[in-house]
Amino acid sequence: MVRPVVAVLERHLLLYRRLWRASVFSAVVLPVLFLVSIGVGVGRHVGEVGGVGYLAWIAPGVMASTAFQVAVGESTYTVLGGFKWGRGYHAMRAAPVEVRDMVAGWLLYVLFRVEVAVVVFLGVTGAFGALRSPWAVAAPVVAALVALAAAAPVTAFAASIDHDSYFALLFRFVMIPSTLFAGVFFPVEQLPQVVRPLAYASPLWHGVELSRAATLGVAPPWPVWAHVGCLLVFFVAGVVWAVAAFGKRLQD
Amino acid sequence: MAVAVAVVRGSVVGLCYGPGVSEQPLVRARGLVKRFGDFVAVDGIDLEVARGEAFGFLGPNGAGKSSTMRMIGCVSMPTSGELRVLGMDPVREGPRIRARLGVCPQLDNLDPDLNVRENLTTYARYFGLSRARARARAEELLEFAQLQDRAASRVEPLSGGMKRRLTIARAMVNEPDLVLLDEPTTGLDPQARHLLWERLFRLKQGGTTLVLTTHYMDEAEQLCDRLVVMDGGRIVAEGSPRSLIETYSTPEVVELRFADEADHSGKLAGIGRVDPLPDRVLLYADDGDAAVAEVHRRGLAPSSVLVRRSSLEDVFLQLTGRTLVD
Repeated sequence: MVRPVVAVLERHLLLYRRLWRASVFSAVVLPVLFLVSIGVGVGRHVGEVGGVGYLAWIAPGVMASTAFQVAVGESTYTVLGGFKWGRGYHAMRAAPVEVRDMVAGWLLYVLFRVEVAVVVFLGVTGAFGALRSPWAVAAPVVAALVALAAAAPVTAFAASIDHDSYFALLFRFVMIPSTLFAGVFFPVEQLPQVVRPLAYASPLWHGVELSRAATLGVAPPWPVWAHVGCLLVFFVAGVVWAVAAFGKRLQD
Repeated sequence: MAVAVAVVRGSVVGLCYGPGVSEQPLVRARGLVKRFGDFVAVDGIDLEVARGEAFGFLGPNGAGKSSTMRMIGCVSMPTSGELRVLGMDPVREGPRIRARLGVCPQLDNLDPDLNVRENLTTYARYFGLSRARARARAEELLEFAQLQDRAASRVEPLSGGMKRRLTIARAMVNEPDLVLLDEPTTGLDPQARHLLWERLFRLKQGGTTLVLTTHYMDEAEQLCDRLVVMDGGRIVAEGSPRSLIETYSTPEVVELRFADEADHSGKLAGIGRVDPLPDRVLLYADDGDAAVAEVHRRGLAPSSVLVRRSSLEDVFLQLTGRTLVD
């Protein structure tokens, strides 16, 4: 007998099979173009950062940022729509699918989306010679942590709101700042002391530092367990929130 | 020690008087209440639905029908009172109950981006069917819903009637013991309604237990063996459509319209019960034609006269003093 969480994952994958072409550009082609234009173009003026070429330095950051953006982007309209427009979650609720199965099945789907994008991206990165350490094999694991740490709370947020205009706030005040100040394009040490806690509070910064540690084989600024711990806190808190938000939304 | 004895005796009593498996009702409610803040949606109702029955909730919008259905469907928790569905407690055993229910909600929640067949197979998987079984079941249900030739079509462009048939077919995917239909034909054109009724009648003939809500009298008369009339969260009457009409109405009803605005109730007194409505006067009679003859004998000249069979609409009017369809 198939577990409900698998049935939920299958449903999302089936829907994705119809829509995947539209996502290839933003999830796969765009990050690569980004890497090439900034890494090569800007890199020529920047020279070396942290002892490596600029492209090799930003590649792990762009990878983590891609994982972050795919996870956040997926977990907004699609989740709200499942309650508000298509009512797919109400259909699951009438079947013996429990809220935890819905959340878990959804996060597994986001993980799948992120891993596909990240593995393709790492392949391209490797072709540019930007993977400098055997630890690079750990980069997809880091991407998975970033994806879950971002998708869980955003999914919960999307399940809590009534109108999609709240997403504009999320993009403007959470997603864009946490991308800009997360050490993707420049080391956070260059930020004024007062602004740095912003980076520390962003799950993306922890992901960027971990993936940089992986692809370049250098030690991250904090101990690995501390970065992983921060990401896990976002993930666990997000899951708790999401289960509560789904339950509340489907209750009455 | 005394406490221990009491506990043991309590459990023995529970065993002795526990409901028998064979004749226990599929749905049993006692003093069931649902409140949303200060608003009382369901105000202490008692009901039982037996296996094989087609049971209806009849009432206007806001009567508490859908709230009751959602509690039976284990997606809304009772505020107080007792509810058993398939002999189980919806609060503690929701998923086990839902595994054996088929639910057709008031608002369609099909996956618009999946095709017709995929909607059925995806839903079957939620109930734990294997892929092969899900595909086989989908084929059977496509035939039931008469959608074989639309199997590969996306749901979005289907007509309202087709979507409803697909939603009902989807609700049958787990071969449920009990099917809940919340206003199954609301918003459909007459032809689509009749086709749907015919499908539901087939389910009923096959022995499926149906519980449905409706605010259409003809639907309740067509489909229900037994129904309750709800108004303001309470059950105001219960019985078969026939017995409700016999109890609360007369076999025939005469509808009289007058060209003038005058009140003719006085002149009609004694012929039968008179119910003056804004646009017409209803006259309840055992024999409609005889009543019309008497109206004319008294010198009244209505501009139009209609003699018809009494319907549940008349029952509702008699019970609540209001017409059902606004």
